Amino acid sequence: MSYKKPGFRHPEAQKNRLGYTRKAYEGGISTLCAGCGHDSIGSAIIQSFFEMSIEPHRVVKLSGIGCSSKTPAYFLGKSHGFNSVHGRMPSVATGANMANSELIYLGVSGDGDTASIGMGQFAHVVRRNLNMIYIVMNNGCYGLTKGQDSATADKGSKSKKGAPVSLESIDLCELAVQLGAGFVARGFSGDKKQLIPIIKAAIAHKGLAFVDVVSPCVTFNNAPTSTKSYSYVRDHMEATGTFDFIPLMQEITTDYDHGTTVPVTLHDGSIVKLKKREDKEVISSRKLAISAMEQAKEEDSILTGILYLDPESEDTHEILGTTQTPLNTLGERELCPGNKVLQEFNRSLR
Amino acid sequence: MKRIEQTNDFVVRFANVNGSGSASANNLFAKVVYRLGVPVSPKNIFPSNIQGLPTWYEVRISENGYLGRRGGVDFVVAVNGQTLKQDYEMLVPGGYFFYDSTRDLPEDFNRDDITIIGIPLTELCNEEFSNPRLRQLLKNIIYIGALAYLFDIGIEPVTDSITKQFAKKPKLAEPNVKALEIGFEYAKEHHTDACGLSIRPSDAVGDRIMIDGNSGAALGALYSGATVAGWYPITPSTSVVEAFEKYAAKYRIDPKTNKKNYAIIQAEDELAAIGIAIGGGWNGARSFTATSGPGVSLMNEFLGLAYFAEIPVVLIDVQRSGPSTGMPTRTQQSDLLSCAYLSHGDTRNVLLLPSDPYECFEMTADAFDLADRLQTPIIVVSDLDIGMNDHLCQPFSWDDNRSYDRGKVMTAEDLENLSTNWGRYLDVDKDGVCYRTLPGTHPTKGAYVTRGTSHNEFAAYTEESAAYERGMRRLLTKWETARSLVPEPVFNIRDEAKKIGALYFGSSTYAAEEAFDQLAENDMQVNSMRIRAFPFQQEVFDFIDEHQIVFAIEQNRDSQMKILLSGECQVAPGKLIPVTNFNGLPITARIIINQIHTALLTGHNSQFALNSMEKVNT
Ligand SMILES: Cc1ncc(C[n+]2csc(CCOP(=O)(O)OP(=O)(O)O)c2C)c(N)n1
Ligand code: SF4
Ligand SMILES: [Mg+2]
Repeated sequence: MSYKKPGFRHPEAQKNRLGYTRKAYEGGISTLCAGCGHDSIGSAIIQSFFEMSIEPHRVVKLSGIGCSSKTPAYFLGKSHGFNSVHGRMPSVATGANMANSELIYLGVSGDGDTASIGMGQFAHVVRRNLNMIYIVMNNGCYGLTKGQDSATADKGSKSKKGAPVSLESIDLCELAVQLGAGFVARGFSGDKKQLIPIIKAAIAHKGLAFVDVVSPCVTFNNAPTSTKSYSYVRDHMEATGTFDFIPLMQEITTDYDHGTTVPVTLHDGSIVKLKKREDKEVISSRKLAISAMEQAKEEDSILTGILYLDPESEDTHEILGTTQTPLNTLGERELCPGNKVLQEFNRSLR
Repeated sequence: MKRIEQTNDFVVRFANVNGSGSASANNLFAKVVYRLGVPVSPKNIFPSNIQGLPTWYEVRISENGYLGRRGGVDFVVAVNGQTLKQDYEMLVPGGYFFYDSTRDLPEDFNRDDITIIGIPLTELCNEEFSNPRLRQLLKNIIYIGALAYLFDIGIEPVTDSITKQFAKKPKLAEPNVKALEIGFEYAKEHHTDACGLSIRPSDAVGDRIMIDGNSGAALGALYSGATVAGWYPITPSTSVVEAFEKYAAKYRIDPKTNKKNYAIIQAEDELAAIGIAIGGGWNGARSFTATSGPGVSLMNEFLGLAYFAEIPVVLIDVQRSGPSTGMPTRTQQSDLLSCAYLSHGDTRNVLLLPSDPYECFEMTADAFDLADRLQTPIIVVSDLDIGMNDHLCQPFSWDDNRSYDRGKVMTAEDLENLSTNWGRYLDVDKDGVCYRTLPGTHPTKGAYVTRGTSHNEFAAYTEESAAYERGMRRLLTKWETARSLVPEPVFNIRDEAKKIGALYFGSSTYAAEEAFDQLAENDMQVNSMRIRAFPFQQEVFDFIDEHQIVFAIEQNRDSQMKILLSGECQVAPGKLIPVTNFNGLPITARIIINQIHTALLTGHNSQFALNSMEKVNT
């Protein structure tokens, strides 16, 4: 069985600034169920990196275990990937990032992978504000083990099996805000128009960018009675003040209308233009961000968009004070103090 | 009564309350003996507690250089009321009982076979010093002063050490020296010639240094270029990473930017600690973690991933007494089997078995080369005794011409120049070790997905049985390569007829060597082999083959080395005879000799030997 896609592309296929076509950002053929939300997210990831003209080999894809965690094999085929163990992508990402601060780290996880077995690692990678994009493909169930309810399944929601969920659900976005993530967003796999700019802004953000994407599992959790089904999400989606993402390289011509938009400059110079809604404040306050999420829940709606943004946060390397040179490029000269120092050390013990 | 008269050959035990600042005073004593050139080995016997429980510091002084625990105590400094009776009872006949005579001894302290030396430590201390915190600390220094007189050391060697210790804060030295003098003078006045034990300057130490194994391991990691460490605190491994951090802060700061050329992450748990090390190793930085038994258990699944996906990573396991939390501050060699086959499925890990701080240094440094060369986890299996106690060992040294062996890593040029397709798991050199690439190396070549699921030679996911089997078999080829690279055993052949052999490893070394010397003095020649690594070399199997019987000396209940050897090579049943100690205290020569005698007397019946051991050990 071949995992390669046919190489043919229309000669005029659009190229990005680096001269790559979208194909350079694709991966192997997906083996997920037809219609699975995860595939749409994968394609939004491809589109985002393509449009941002990021060299694929500068990206590192990491994941845990689950249908969602399989997706790195289906996008960015020219990037190194690491499909690790269940729930523990964040620690591998941490080590990898410590070894080389210059690459872009994209972590992909599932709601089971993050909100259950990986809850500790999720919380702590957010706390240390690792410079990475952390995407949860959230379907409210364990797809790969055949549809058990996950910890993000909403109370009362009914999966294919029919029994309503009896436990409270975990809201990963609220947690991420509380734990200190500098960028928190929620998208929907069925709305690429919103998802792509979210992912792009997440890429541009320095520090941990957390993106929870509601991503229906068509096989086990797509009944209309499930709050993670396509139909339910479409009916209940509410966007925060919608926003435009203006990457660094794109000339900024539009004047800001200071009455209704607030520009936020990200680390790489890109700008997120947040359009204020009449009734809601901007999202650079944790308290307001959480209360907006809580209020949406009260109103039975799913709040999407960028939910919280603090572009000034310090990432792990800055917190630790590590050198900017990738540690994996240092050699004996920088790392080994040499025998003279060692003899001095011996003497100090005598 | 016949009191013990010995020069440079006795055991002193300090009985203290933990958290009372006794550790630094007791260390000072050991250091003074060391600086007088007399071989000394101190052992901390401490509780898993921060303040208020009994703790002992046992110092063996041995002109002959025997550095294992001897067993038995000749002189006890009993300054812990809770254990006074116990400390009193355990003294060997002819020994010396030193106590704080501010309070009288209870009436039932009526042994007539020991010498009692009372010094009113509290009273002397309170008369001279008013600061309550200082009092607590200086009371300990007063007894060191008294010992300086009683052991005939003189006061200068001790004041020299104090001055050295407080070189940067001479103000603090003053009250310490004062306390020292108080103790010295009191003993001189009231206990003239009370003690038959003495310490005389010697040159038996030679150029050896005195340091703990965890510091050695940390230095090894520093010198070998480790840059990423993930860890979670656990006794007795904590000081590995703490020492690494201390040395790195000193020697690894970029002079231009003042930034750190290392990253240490105190993780949320051991699951993350090993994940961090694996992520770092995968991305081309020398990475490690240090832990102890409970942490090893948690790292189990991840280690299997590193084995199967072939990622270089170094794990330092400082063993303690298990299972479960066990005796967390006591030593053991009981993680051997779990480390050897750590993780589910068919896994086997390279183990290095250091026996002293020097080898902790050397083997940890080598572990990083081996990890890169073999692309697999390397576990340095140390223990609490080596790791946390100070030991005499040869001085550290580093060959400045040594370069790091980063193993088979493809550069962008390598990838460009390749005439065939690169495959992450292609055994090009037929040594079972394949060529890897690091993220970011080349814009279009060499990218792949690392995974714990089965994969073919080109790193693609596969459930094809044949491809899976090929991969698993190749890992065995790699295992053979490992066998040719790991440190060789050390032999001491005393008897060419090769009747009795003994094997041992790690911290059992000191006691084992002392036992063989003593047995030789009594006309029993034992050939010995110190195993230094797993996989075992052919020489290990040959040694066992060639001897009629072989004692397997180790510090665990189940004879784990014996089990490991029996599984790895064809050992005739009954040939390996267990000699074990698992009481949490370092094994002694006496225990070894007694068990060997018992086994020989009972016709090497190992089961009988096991049963009778209990009596011998206590
Ligand atoms: C340690 C461990 N326990 C259990 C499993 C089995 N397992 C595989 S995937 C999975 C759940 C995945 O759920 P989620 O992360 O939501 O991914 P999805 O398949 O829904 O995308 C489980 C429990 C495992 N691989 N490892
Ligand atoms: S089981 Fe669900 S999550 Fe998994 S691939 Fe199918 S639709 Fe997607
Ligand atoms: Mg899921």
